[in-house]
Amino acid sequence: MLVIGGGIHGLSTAFHLARRGVAVTVLEADYCGRHASGVNAGGVRTLGRHIEEIPLALSSRALWHELKHTVGDDGGFVPSGQLKLAENPAELEQCRQRVQQLQTLGFEHEVLIDQQAVFEIIPTVARHVVGGIWVKDDGYAVPYKTVTAFRLAAEKLGVRVHESAPAQRIEQSGSLWKVTTPGGVFSAEHLVVTAGAWARELAAQVGEAVPAHPEGLMLMVTHRVAPFCAPVLGATGRSLSFKQFANGTVVIGGKLIGSLDFPARHGEVDMTRLGTSARTVTDLFPHLKHLGVNRVWAGVEAFTADDLPVIGPSRKASNLSYSFGFCGSGFQMGPGTGKRLAQQILGEHSEISLDAFAVDRFDAASPAPTPVFQPATTIPHH
Amino acid sequence: MSLLSVDVAVIGAGAAGMSASVALAGLGLQVVLLDEQGSPGGQIYRGITLAPLSRRDMLGPDYAHGHTLAQALAASTVRYEKGAAVWQVTREHKVTYLRDGRLQTVQARAVLLATGAMERPFPIPGWTLPGVMSAGAAQILLKSSGLAPAEPVVLAGCGPLLYLLGWQYLRAGVQIKALVDTTRPEDYWRARRHLFAALRAWPYLRKGLDLMRSLRSAGIAHYTGAEQLAVEGSEAASALTFSVGGKAQRVATRCVLLHQGVVPNIQFSQSLRARHHWDENQLCFSPVSDAWGQLDVPGIYVAGDGAGIGGAQAAALQGKLAALGIASRLGRLSDAERERQAAPLRTGLEANLRIRPFLDAVYQAKEENRIPADEVMVCRCEEVSAGELRKFVALGCAGPNQAKAFGRCGMGPCQGRMCGLTVTEVIAKARGVSAGEVGYYRIRPPIKPITLGELAGE
Repeated sequence: MLVIGGGIHGLSTAFHLARRGVAVTVLEADYCGRHASGVNAGGVRTLGRHIEEIPLALSSRALWHELKHTVGDDGGFVPSGQLKLAENPAELEQCRQRVQQLQTLGFEHEVLIDQQAVFEIIPTVARHVVGGIWVKDDGYAVPYKTVTAFRLAAEKLGVRVHESAPAQRIEQSGSLWKVTTPGGVFSAEHLVVTAGAWARELAAQVGEAVPAHPEGLMLMVTHRVAPFCAPVLGATGRSLSFKQFANGTVVIGGKLIGSLDFPARHGEVDMTRLGTSARTVTDLFPHLKHLGVNRVWAGVEAFTADDLPVIGPSRKASNLSYSFGFCGSGFQMGPGTGKRLAQQILGEHSEISLDAFAVDRFDAASPAPTPVFQPATTIPHH
Repeated sequence: MSLLSVDVAVIGAGAAGMSASVALAGLGLQVVLLDEQGSPGGQIYRGITLAPLSRRDMLGPDYAHGHTLAQALAASTVRYEKGAAVWQVTREHKVTYLRDGRLQTVQARAVLLATGAMERPFPIPGWTLPGVMSAGAAQILLKSSGLAPAEPVVLAGCGPLLYLLGWQYLRAGVQIKALVDTTRPEDYWRARRHLFAALRAWPYLRKGLDLMRSLRSAGIAHYTGAEQLAVEGSEAASALTFSVGGKAQRVATRCVLLHQGVVPNIQFSQSLRARHHWDENQLCFSPVSDAWGQLDVPGIYVAGDGAGIGGAQAAALQGKLAALGIASRLGRLSDAERERQAAPLRTGLEANLRIRPFLDAVYQAKEENRIPADEVMVCRCEEVSAGELRKFVALGCAGPNQAKAFGRCGMGPCQGRMCGLTVTEVIAKARGVSAGEVGYYRIRPPIKPITLGELAGE
């Protein structure tokens, strides 16, 4: 089999296929983990997931907890827990409704906690926080370490990884898929496209239009500071994802959209939006005001029209599978999705449904766009 | 955050930046000159407007030369912003900087990068011990604060700045215990084909010879052709050890000042994703630019040592040339007028750069001092040794950016400023390919430090 894309999804899929005895070659345009997989914030988060994603995310989380055992390296995973803060009573009410909705559906992993419990988990947080949602088995990992771990584990099982091998053209001739790269043509019976922001273009080559678009997601990392925050933090009313790594650096993100130079495969940072994000952090932790920002960057990631990934077989061609468009939340899903996709390709049974992620879901469901102007119901007279 | 609109933003008030700004203002353009220091001068003329006359005299006539430039700047219409730490320049000519703890943004029609040089790393065993500094850093202490080592010092390495500092120390009454020169007699022999051109730049050459003569006549122990340099010490430096002609030497000292030349500071040009090339003579990356210093990013120019090492006088001329290029781009100058004004500058520049091939050849940093042995620390921030880096290469690490993924190399507070060239060269050697093919770290903002509070606008 051929996998296009050496990010966490491609390498995890290759690893799980190889474990089942399949010969796999991975083609990576740049180097493994160059884009979203290697430069994301490292959140291992089931908290706040789209309902459709929860079963897959929970199965993936179980794999995170045994990563050292399965791939031989823990990828820097720390089961620190994740906490979503409510900064006022209205936000706390939102949290309460969310947890209740999950419980109705039979999910118990998100737990509503009060102010006192928040202060116990994180004593340094600003006093205006009123409560939040706590998921104790979530955590964070080190992205490039995880990608490298999957790569080395896959290679150990015989997977061949070709870097600097961008797939320019994909075509099926007879029973074989042919992938053209500047260095030569690769062929295999089955093709898996896990090319993140570049997958849409490949799908288009087989006539599959996926409403996905690339964005540059911004992150920043600070200098080292004494440990003050064990879990990963998010906020309810504003955009935030925040964590302190074991080495003391703090990574700040939360789906902050920067600007994008897609042809150059480059995400650029946007000053103003970073300022807003910095303000959120200093509001919650005033003592971090004097902490130096070491680096800001943006990674390139694919977003879909409904904020859900595309996972599963092509509806236009045989022996072609996709796994992309994770909308900035794909890192945590990597281990589980790779396994689930390998199972699907090899026809193994699994309890976890991938129906919600079908590539053709957009065809029927695309609603008519809401008009910008409509007849006014009342006309003001002053 | 306030937004200022100007014709040209110049970054760096050294020789290139000052002369370019004055020339641009003279051509009727609205210029803002941003510099992080408290007074103009850059590194070479650091503190020139503030230094007492006695210090100016001690530092020599070349230093005093900067005074003329600073006076011209003061008399011009240039808006000079001191204490401005530029942390981002975009391809759309937006410059963001921090001044007095506040974020400021300038939207310019063209940007000139005049950010000069930085010292080449000197990774030898023990170079991270307290008591070891670069000669350039020591010179900054002398220029800006009048500070000098309290005890006999050892200067080691090669290059004009090292000898100049020695000469300045002599005048300042600092005791120099030894000058440990890595230059070998055969280096002069190797450089002989450039000697004729260098002789035509006689004033330069004479200055250098004068420096060396005064060091020698002061009776300083001068070792030449020193190899296998290492700093001894457990908690701090206690001696410099080396060998000359196979004979082991040891000079006890608590202060070792290392230097083996300067390289272009390419932080901004790299962060702008401009094209760079590997210079085989100067053994460093420099941005690729046209005859006016314009990069392959339209409207972004570079002048001075940041474009390739040429020294202060060449930098001032390059600054003027860039000013002509920018003025023409912004419609202030016809092509013919630009060429007419550029001709004498080019002649001057050529004369100025004649000595370079000779200097580059004689003082080329030795491979053993650039590509260290396994046990030597390369990335000081994240403590990655040359040996670990070589292990990464064996695991498939092809360049500096992947080295981060393999072991956080270059991810610390200095963001690769201290280790960038070493990492490139170690990987290139281990892979058996050119440094140009291996490339450099991807540089991201902030180029200069900024705190969360400052970013938040608090």
